[in-house]
Amino acid sequence: MRTGRRNFGAAPFNSTMLRYLLNKIALLIPTLVGITICAFAFVRLLPGDPILAMAGEHGVAPARYEELKQQFGFDLPIWEQYARYVGEVATGDFGVSISSKRPVLEEFKTLFPATLELSFFAMIFAMVLGIPAGIFAAVKRGSWFDQSLMGTALVGYSMPIFWWGLLLIIFFSGYLGWTPVNGRIDLQYFFKPITGFMTIDTLIYGKWAAFRSVLRHLVLPTIVLGTIPLAVIARQTRSAMLEVLSEDYVRTARAKGLSSARVIGVHALRNALIPVVTTIGLQVSTLLAGAILTETIFSWPGIGRWMVESISKRDYVVVQSGLLLIALIVMAVNLIVDVLYAVINPRIRAA
Amino acid sequence: MKKTMTFAAALLAASVLGGVASAKTLVYCSEASPANFDPGTTTGGNDFDASSRTVYSRLVEFKHGGTEVEPGLADKWEISDDGLVYTFHLHPGVKFQTTDYFKPTRDLNADDVVFSFDRQFNKENPWNGDKYLPNLTWDYYTGMDMPKYVAKWEKVDDLTVKLTLTEPNAPMLANLGMDFASIVSKEYADQLQKDGKMADFSTKPIGTGPFQFVDYQLDSVIRYAANPDYFKGKEKIDDLVFAITPDATARIQKVLAGECDVAPYPNPADIGTIKANKDVTLMDQAGLNIGYMSYNTTIPPLDKPEVRHALNQAIDREALIKSLFQDAGATPAENLIPPTMWSWNKDVKTDAYNPDEAKKVLEAAGLKEIQLWASDRVRPYNPNFQRAAELIQADWAKVGVKAEIVNYEWTKYRAEGKKKDRPGAFQIGWTGDNGDPDNFFATLFACSAIGVSNYSSWCDKDFEDLIQKAKKTSDQAERTKLYEQAQVIFAKQAPAFLLAHSQVYAVVRNNVSGFKMDPLGIHRFDGVDKAE
Repeated sequence: MRTGRRNFGAAPFNSTMLRYLLNKIALLIPTLVGITICAFAFVRLLPGDPILAMAGEHGVAPARYEELKQQFGFDLPIWEQYARYVGEVATGDFGVSISSKRPVLEEFKTLFPATLELSFFAMIFAMVLGIPAGIFAAVKRGSWFDQSLMGTALVGYSMPIFWWGLLLIIFFSGYLGWTPVNGRIDLQYFFKPITGFMTIDTLIYGKWAAFRSVLRHLVLPTIVLGTIPLAVIARQTRSAMLEVLSEDYVRTARAKGLSSARVIGVHALRNALIPVVTTIGLQVSTLLAGAILTETIFSWPGIGRWMVESISKRDYVVVQSGLLLIALIVMAVNLIVDVLYAVINPRIRAA
Repeated sequence: MKKTMTFAAALLAASVLGGVASAKTLVYCSEASPANFDPGTTTGGNDFDASSRTVYSRLVEFKHGGTEVEPGLADKWEISDDGLVYTFHLHPGVKFQTTDYFKPTRDLNADDVVFSFDRQFNKENPWNGDKYLPNLTWDYYTGMDMPKYVAKWEKVDDLTVKLTLTEPNAPMLANLGMDFASIVSKEYADQLQKDGKMADFSTKPIGTGPFQFVDYQLDSVIRYAANPDYFKGKEKIDDLVFAITPDATARIQKVLAGECDVAPYPNPADIGTIKANKDVTLMDQAGLNIGYMSYNTTIPPLDKPEVRHALNQAIDREALIKSLFQDAGATPAENLIPPTMWSWNKDVKTDAYNPDEAKKVLEAAGLKEIQLWASDRVRPYNPNFQRAAELIQADWAKVGVKAEIVNYEWTKYRAEGKKKDRPGAFQIGWTGDNGDPDNFFATLFACSAIGVSNYSSWCDKDFEDLIQKAKKTSDQAERTKLYEQAQVIFAKQAPAFLLAHSQVYAVVRNNVSGFKMDPLGIHRFDGVDKAE
């Protein structure tokens, strides 16, 4: 039986590790192809098309409609449209939005920092509360604290984001007036974004009041977006901790006469964290999915809202390229998590 | 180097803007992000609020809060006796906005006007196609049939423009007040073309309107400042901010919390909360729309007006409207056009609920079965076709008529519904474009619209004569009379069951004055003021 401590040392980047990494990357290619097909097909399966969406209530005369279909290339066979799209994407051309006429990549770069910033805070929120809560629940297994915490986690996990968000707004912003309703910063502050991360930009400009305003605006969306990951992390930490606590080396550590805090905090926790890291990695896609609703309620100018609006406008280009970009990011994160996992857990590398 | 430049510029902007803390700022919580700021290329109401109604002006304008046309950039105009030639006299000394990205060297002139329209149809114009923006469709220009009616635009002299039509068309004047007809700067366009930055035309707008563009943070905030050179005088508010807030409930919370001053389109469920709050006012108005149900007037026994009247009388319209629109409410329709539109005939009343009378007539006519059409789509003028169909079906059952509900997906629904020989009663509606009655009467019930958008296949000679005459007459008083008569005939002939005009709402904080609901569904901030 290995002890927990050795696992945490930096693993040498050897050829086994390299092969493992290449394997993982090779597996991404079919995933990527699948994503392009899905992204391409799904938006086209919806009734209507961008021409009709733009024409609105008025509709468009049949002759003009045919003319526009030609102009957009929608009259081509579907496989040819797909081939064109893949060909363009392969050369790094993500196309130009049908409705706004701006390059998709440019819009993505503008909006992504907002999503990233919110997701980052939501994740910190989920970890800072979730991991200790999970540990306590495991240590006090079966106590009222454990029971109520796990009950709450289940509620949190099942919480409809839309309802939860509006509820918080109505109570904290409307009734108590403690937090702003939505947005990223008070409208009186106006500056050109440098990094696109409001917390960083306000600090670069040295505007403390603006920085505080950004934090105040982050509170509610962070809670809303972080709720589901918080529930998942708390539960995962608890079960990982329970498993580790029953291991022999923990009993040995206790037998050696180490303090309870040291046994739990050092010996048990470090090993329990391995599955938690994986969970956190997997929560990235949960965050991006949650961002769609959270961003809509909180007027947060991120990529989740961008996707929803593009779908309703049937903006094929934005939807297919945007989904691909988002998928690339999720895949990259998962890859990093896999690598990290291998680094902290040599058993994986050997496998 | 470039990075430092932006940084310095940004710092400057921040410090300059930080310095005008005493400025009067009005915050509007808009419902969606604009696609871009060139109103010729966009179609959404939110696009127009952010571009044409703030930054730009037009030759003619709609009266604030009405549908009547009044002078805009053109002080006056003459229409030739044959109705074919319009001569516009431009207001002298109108300045385009001066911003950090454009400094005009000359005043507005006829070249700008000609260019504003030429770019929308002339394939030779470099601004018509891909050189400017990819996949331009100029939806409103073609949608309003401008290519059919416009023969040419000409500059007579710097302050005189001549528009020649292919046939007389009185609603043209209203078309020129529409958003797509906003006047852009040719000088600015030329400069961008020279610099190879044509796409900027749609992201950094320059116009002659009440507010000038300052900044847009994508999907988040749009900032404008009052145009100091505005030819109708500088606005009372100094800064106008659009805080883009897509969720309706969050939007209302923002107004209640004082984070914004005006917000459109509340959720019907929130209307009670809004009415109970003493800091805000709920404004409402019948929208520029009509929900109705077309009978095919060519198929017996629906070809008889008395049968159509009887079917109308059999429907408990009040209960129907209540059930469909619920808290949001709607104005029951007496005429095809809403009461906010000029020429609305106040003396005309649609059929009252009278099932006993209806039953007699329908029995005598031998009408036992009828098709009743419904689709799945939510429309502003009818939130639930299916529910409406079920309620009407129940009402008709009471007078001995068995209705069979026919269902299609929206696109197919309209394609099938507009066929000349489609049987039965077809639920549909319309949202107006330019506030001209012709846009309702001729679009929906002209003989030439049969098979296109005349779902009743109704061609009544007297009605047709009136609306065609009104289309060709340029005198507004004369046109009003003609449309008033047309409404009398419509009510007598009853080619359709008129449901309602859905209600449109806005929430305004009480310290804001001068904001008016607009029958055209736009949100204007000229003439708006705010007390501290």
